[in-house]
Amino acid sequence: MPKIMGLTGDEAIAYAAKQSKVDVVAAYPITPQTIIVEAFSEYVHNGEVHTEFVCVESEHSAMSACIGASLAGARVFTASSSQGLALMHEMLYIASGLRCPIVMGVVNRALSAPINIHGDHSDMMGSRDCGWIQIYCENSQEAYDWVLQAFKIAEDHEVLLPVTVNIDGFILSHALERVEVYDDGDVEKFLSIRNAPFKLDPDNPFTVGALCFTDYYFEIKRQQVEALKNAPPVIDKVNKEFEGLTGKKYSYINTYGLEDAEAAVLCLGSTAGTAKAVAKKLRSQGKRVGVIKPWVYRPFPSEHLLQTLGNLKALAVLDRAICPGAPYGALCSDVVSTLYDNGKQLKVFNAVYGLGGRDITPFDIEAIFNEAMDVAKTGIVKEPLKFVGVRE
Amino acid sequence: MSKESKLGWKKIPIGGLLFEPGSAMQYKTGDWRAFKPIVDQGKCINCLLCWIYCPDAAIVRKEKFIDINYDYCKGCGICANECPVKAITMVEEKK
Repeated sequence: MPKIMGLTGDEAIAYAAKQSKVDVVAAYPITPQTIIVEAFSEYVHNGEVHTEFVCVESEHSAMSACIGASLAGARVFTASSSQGLALMHEMLYIASGLRCPIVMGVVNRALSAPINIHGDHSDMMGSRDCGWIQIYCENSQEAYDWVLQAFKIAEDHEVLLPVTVNIDGFILSHALERVEVYDDGDVEKFLSIRNAPFKLDPDNPFTVGALCFTDYYFEIKRQQVEALKNAPPVIDKVNKEFEGLTGKKYSYINTYGLEDAEAAVLCLGSTAGTAKAVAKKLRSQGKRVGVIKPWVYRPFPSEHLLQTLGNLKALAVLDRAICPGAPYGALCSDVVSTLYDNGKQLKVFNAVYGLGGRDITPFDIEAIFNEAMDVAKTGIVKEPLKFVGVRE
Repeated sequence: MSKESKLGWKKIPIGGLLFEPGSAMQYKTGDWRAFKPIVDQGKCINCLLCWIYCPDAAIVRKEKFIDINYDYCKGCGICANECPVKAITMVEEKK
């Protein structure tokens, strides 16, 4: 029987890592991820876990230690945010390149300068192309559920890629929510001990990180693309198994009101919660609006998105990160390139919002819905890229 | 060293991991070469100065003259430079 706990997003992630019986955690604290590391070190101190907790001097070292442990066949967990994730950047590519199924809780926070500790997606979007599977959560429950599933997806031999489970800094990381947690025994049944296809072993040595020049590098990178392509059926399988255990249905994309919507908002993470509340209100007034929330951002669920669109005429894509000099934010670029050439007569505009943790209010989102409904009616996008909530 | 002799991405071990020790021998560096040393075996006095100087151990000792192992010779030209009787000439590789 599941039990109900009051957990912050950070605590939910730490609790899931604890139940996943991780062998090694190497992490460095950074606001707003600190609670994850603190909670986990408490489990270690209390003897609640048998995890090797490696205290390191930086995030670069944290990820380096995680890579070594993962290659030795361990189940590995870490967490970071913002500047910490940026400092790890070099090692993120090495983790995916060496096919280490590490799971990392990323508590999204703005990048300097100017310095800021609050939530936006600049950190993960800055490392978007690191070859990791990337999942964004709406609330603490999803964070808990996805961490449990992330290990199973990452460690599958068809995938063998690291996974980040993203939550919005402070909005989720520090907000206490009701979380349904499952029995240790049930989690153990769902997530058995890691079975690594290769492990560092002094008696049977092998070479890791061999030099690959012009003649082999391209092939290794091509393999990584294939591994990400192999992920969707594995994600499906894990989602179904998880549903069998918990009754909770996960997929690549979560939608609200899409069955008859003409205008919709597409966004990642906690903003989807606000958007759904606004859509509910508008729908009660007879307005045909909906919300699309990709849970899985990498690999980008293009096919699922196309199947989701239904009779939509206008789509507002909300980006909580900025791509200076680009035509759109990162998320909107992915959406637009998915729609292009697929014969979808769908008008899209991009709203960049919430940088540095600036609130996105129900009023802001209602205005975006109104604009989307206007675009659906007229077929004209007046402003393809707009900034919501910034002072002129 | 033709392109065809190298494995494609489907056959390369995952992540470029190498499960056999001593595999550097299988990595033939001869195709890095821009200039190829050609030995005039009539001129060679078998002094083996080239054999001493070659940084890649690509000079093969024979009874009366030397030969070159083109699988590993990177074409640096040190042998041609050191040869006291000018028995080695560097010729541009035709690609």
